[in-house]
Amino acid sequence: MTYEHFEHRADIGVRGIGKTLAEAFEEAGRAMFEVMTNIKKIKPAKKIEFEVQAENEVELLIEFLNRALGEADAEGIFLSKFKVTILNDGTPILAATAWGSKITSGTEIRTEVKAATLSQAKVEKKGNKFIAQCIVDV
Amino acid sequence: MKINEFELKEVAPGEWELKKQKGMKVAGKIFGTKQIVQHLVDDVKAGKSWSALPQIRNVAMLPGIQKASLAMPDVHPGYGFCIGGVGAFDAETGIIALAGVGYDINCGVRTHITPLKKKDVLKKQREILNALYNIVPAGLGSKGNIRLNQQEIDEVLVKGAEFVVERGYGTKEDLEYIESNGRVKGANPKFVSDLAKKRQFKQVGTLGSGNHYLEVQYVDEVYDKEAAKAYGLEKDQVIFSLHCGSRALGHQIGTDYTKFLAEASRKYKIKLPDKELVCAPFKSKEGQQYFSAVKCGINCAFANRQAIGHLARQAFKEVFGLKDKDMPLLYDISHNNAYLEKHIVNGKEKELIVHRKGATRAFGPGRKEIPKKYRKIGQPVLIGGTMGTSSYILHGTQKSMDKAFGSAAHGAGRIMSRHQAMRQWKGQTLQQSLAKKGILVRGHDWRGLAEEAPGAYKDVDIVINVLHKTGLSKKVVRVKPLVCVKG
Repeated sequence: MTYEHFEHRADIGVRGIGKTLAEAFEEAGRAMFEVMTNIKKIKPAKKIEFEVQAENEVELLIEFLNRALGEADAEGIFLSKFKVTILNDGTPILAATAWGSKITSGTEIRTEVKAATLSQAKVEKKGNKFIAQCIVDV
Repeated sequence: MKINEFELKEVAPGEWELKKQKGMKVAGKIFGTKQIVQHLVDDVKAGKSWSALPQIRNVAMLPGIQKASLAMPDVHPGYGFCIGGVGAFDAETGIIALAGVGYDINCGVRTHITPLKKKDVLKKQREILNALYNIVPAGLGSKGNIRLNQQEIDEVLVKGAEFVVERGYGTKEDLEYIESNGRVKGANPKFVSDLAKKRQFKQVGTLGSGNHYLEVQYVDEVYDKEAAKAYGLEKDQVIFSLHCGSRALGHQIGTDYTKFLAEASRKYKIKLPDKELVCAPFKSKEGQQYFSAVKCGINCAFANRQAIGHLARQAFKEVFGLKDKDMPLLYDISHNNAYLEKHIVNGKEKELIVHRKGATRAFGPGRKEIPKKYRKIGQPVLIGGTMGTSSYILHGTQKSMDKAFGSAAHGAGRIMSRHQAMRQWKGQTLQQSLAKKGILVRGHDWRGLAEEAPGAYKDVDIVINVLHKTGLSKKVVRVKPLVCVKG
């Protein structure tokens, strides 16, 4: 599983790729935090947990990313690792555990993400991989 | 000009009509040069998935839209609405749309005047740069000096700039020179989530990052002596301006209401031409709740800019020995907003919910919303250029009221991605080349500087000239930067 960024005129695209839908979401989360910091240097010291639900998988991705952003900011941390479970019996529900550590004067700071948007948001299966992507407003 | 289903015709100098097509309730209207419009057409021709012309068309499809779906000359693609987009909807029959407000609710510009001249700042340029850099918290992760508890955050959301003035950040006189007097009524904090408040309580009085900045400028050219005099401006005079918004609270309100309004769109069977145009009928319970939350965001941003403006005054006191009263507020404007306003439509006065997304209000002479001192001239319109280039102060006009619900552009508009800008420029090199031009810049990270390179934006002079030529606003002064703290 992996994540990447893609070009956008004013903002940045984040994309998660995984063997499962949940993995793709996890990687999209990492891609988003990589916009803000170097996640390789963020130790998984503090844990947060949350649940979101939405009408469909695309909206679920946006809800997940924005909730992660909000909860992390409220705690003053950057996140670097996610564990996601998705249940979908018509209305998808997602449960997430995420780990990260406090932002200090020594933390590398890059670009602030305001929100994940529905722009170019896609959740799809390509071959044997799942892809979850969207544009984040910076 | 024609591309696919989009037909454009210049109906007056600098005014292009996007012909009403199937599904549109009104036509589109773009204020721009032929080159600006050609740029939009080229994006469609190139099959770009993110493109402003479809966004202008889509907004024209929404219920209750009045006159036309507008785009200012700094137009570029946005989310649902294009940046530079203005959509006014009948308050009775129309909708309120999240994309028309955005995530940075009440992002805007605030300008203070000083008694200093350019030569005074040049003598202490580095000192004022460092004083501002140290006193105003900026950059991702920064914390403000004003620490609040839950009850106090609710007060900020209701009272806006008044709250921080009561805390000693500025004076009552400041409030008269803020759009809406720094506080819109009808803001109910119960419609803002605890998460939004928890995020914000440490961020009141912070600049943020991205394209936010605090600049010390001087008046380089005066175009309209009478208006400049009314605004208290003259050649070589030093002013300082800041650009920022509602910070995390605004972002969280935007994300909290994305799902809420998506559900409302489905409930009220509103056909969305674009999934990003989630909305609710303005008069519905959902529409009113979202509007109340937006007002909380608006008030929060006014409070934020009031606090930062006053902190900046302290830096000038420290370096130049000035007093607070030497640095009055010229004006504070918003350029991401939804306001309930009265406008004339087909000869009748109507109440409209006017969305300005990357567009500034530009009310003309006589409007009671404008401070008495400026009422004969029109509202000050503060338009920031890019780091290292000119900014402008203009005034609103009756023509703008007639053509665009009293609206104008907000800035230069990006033409290059952040990735591309970072490939083309290095933050340190940029800082050095600006220093050679006499402009000192300090940012909180080098990447951020590169992302905001002037070359990544349209030429602001072209945008301003369109506003002037079409009469949407008239030039008062041009200002140039001396010192810039980038968020």
